[in-house]
Amino acid sequence: MNIFVCVSHVPDTTTKVQVGEDGKSIDPSGVTWILNPYDEYAVEAALQLKEAREGEVTVVCFGPDAVKETIRKGLAMGADKGLHIKSDQPRDSFGTAKALAETLKDREADVIFCGRQSIDYDGWQMAGLLGEMLDLPSVTVASKLEIKEDGSIEAEREIEGGMETVVSKLPAVISAQKGLNDPRYPKLQGIMQAKRKPIEDVEPSPYKNRVEVLEMSKPPVKSAGKIVGEGPDAVKELVKLLHEEAKVI
Amino acid sequence: MNTGSDFFNIDSLLTEDELMVRDTMRSFVDREVLPVIEEANRENRFPMDLPKKMAELGVFGPTLPGEYGGGDANYVIYGLMMQELERGDSGIRSFASVQTSLVMYPIFRYGTEEQKRRWLPALASAESIGCFGLTEPDHGSDPGGMVTRAVRDGDSFVLNGAKMWITNGTIADVAVVWAKLDGEVRGFLVEKGTPGFTAPEMKGKHSLRASVTSELVFQDCRIPAENILPGAKGLKAPLSCLTQARYGISWGAIGAATACYETALDYAKTRTQFDRPIASFQLVQQKLTFMETEITKARLLSLHLGRLQDQQKATFYHVSMAKRNNVDIALQIARMARDVLGANGILDEYPVMRHMNNLESVRTYEGTHDIHTLIIGQAITGIAAYT
Repeated sequence: MNIFVCVSHVPDTTTKVQVGEDGKSIDPSGVTWILNPYDEYAVEAALQLKEAREGEVTVVCFGPDAVKETIRKGLAMGADKGLHIKSDQPRDSFGTAKALAETLKDREADVIFCGRQSIDYDGWQMAGLLGEMLDLPSVTVASKLEIKEDGSIEAEREIEGGMETVVSKLPAVISAQKGLNDPRYPKLQGIMQAKRKPIEDVEPSPYKNRVEVLEMSKPPVKSAGKIVGEGPDAVKELVKLLHEEAKVI
Repeated sequence: MNTGSDFFNIDSLLTEDELMVRDTMRSFVDREVLPVIEEANRENRFPMDLPKKMAELGVFGPTLPGEYGGGDANYVIYGLMMQELERGDSGIRSFASVQTSLVMYPIFRYGTEEQKRRWLPALASAESIGCFGLTEPDHGSDPGGMVTRAVRDGDSFVLNGAKMWITNGTIADVAVVWAKLDGEVRGFLVEKGTPGFTAPEMKGKHSLRASVTSELVFQDCRIPAENILPGAKGLKAPLSCLTQARYGISWGAIGAATACYETALDYAKTRTQFDRPIASFQLVQQKLTFMETEITKARLLSLHLGRLQDQQKATFYHVSMAKRNNVDIALQIARMARDVLGANGILDEYPVMRHMNNLESVRTYEGTHDIHTLIIGQAITGIAAYT
């Protein structure tokens, strides 16, 4: 089985992100970068599939040289090879999908995994875009997945207020939801071996962003709450303020 | 993931795989150790499901060759692992120190090929647990005065004597035991269940409560002659193991100190008194500044020691300096953090007093603070002050 996992290199969830000087990108200084948490489920799904069948797992990432660190995290978890689509130019979701699709289209992928979203820009588009561009079915936000010997897929998806069960067939693009599995820690031996695993570099064809970032800003700082009084006597005042000042009732 | 403090950009001195190991251990401790440790500590119980999980990550014998189940890693990686484990708890780190430095190391360095094949992979995977018996009830800082004896009898050795303060003793499958044979200190492998060998747990500890501490008692304990470690002759053999373990402890203390410092910093920024966060008061800032500075210095000391160790330039007195300094500042930081937290500092809602109590042991085990002072004193002056 030829298995690919598309991963993102994102700021750590506990990093306090600051807006950069240009006002439309994040300031990378002091940021710790990690493998996108939803992509960890994707890598784990790929490794489990490889362990169940014969096969090879390739970790794919689009971005500048720094993303090699994240590719190596995937290799340390147990993937066999890396594929780095090198670019210093940030792209919108469509452009990233285009770079991934053109790189993967002739590589005879049986399955392409990705996370349901990257936690940096929260596009949620990759699996859908990749599926369309490669003319493959896409199963998104899978929280349970079974890939049978005959290549048929049965997946559970979380939908608003319930679950949905879908079937499809390989080759396909599948995006992973939290709960799909329990991602393994990279073992020391895996980390030591990761250095020796091959990472292939490819150049993407030129692309002009279709979506331009105009501005980035932090959410407004919450102002301190106001205590209008205590006990039943304060209710009247509270209702008055909610009506007149906050204008919510 | 807790990304921790790196005030002095020391991370820039670490390689990518060293950082990956450190960060993996950090999230392992966040997810697997911190949620269970307070209860284990309260119940005076070692969390027995942890060793297998730690083994999965390659914590045991990381610097040993892969053919024996090791990780082929350098000493800085071993150190970083100990640092992160002790950010969880000194008892968990002690388990790893004993398994790696006091059991796997002597078997690897002094054992026969057969002993290595039999024990090292099993210890690396935590299928087997080991302990190390050197200290005796009446011989701590002067291990050369040990009274435990081995006598050759045909195809066997017969051991008599007792060891004390033995981490993992009761739960160990194999004990590396040091005893005098014809007046010379030798190492022996004693398996659990050998007639004449018992390992009762010591009770009533106020410290290292999430760790098993035991006595080892040998009464005409007969072991096969092939259980001797042939390469280990004289006191320098067990001392070489202690140097390994003390190396890891110097890193571990940084982890305990970091846990206390981060707790105090967080608390100081959110706790208000006199309508201001207590972090705004000069006396609190003085404490926090001390903590950050001493942790930074300790990290640099251990990292340089690790680099020296990897170049085979580290000596036992370098290790003594790092162990002595780092455990000392860790204990000072723990006590100071307790101060910053006021009454809350005594509750196990916060990790501070657990670390503080643990570090009281760490200060006097693996060479007391005072003995390390004299080891360094001897290295500086050429005059031994303890004999």
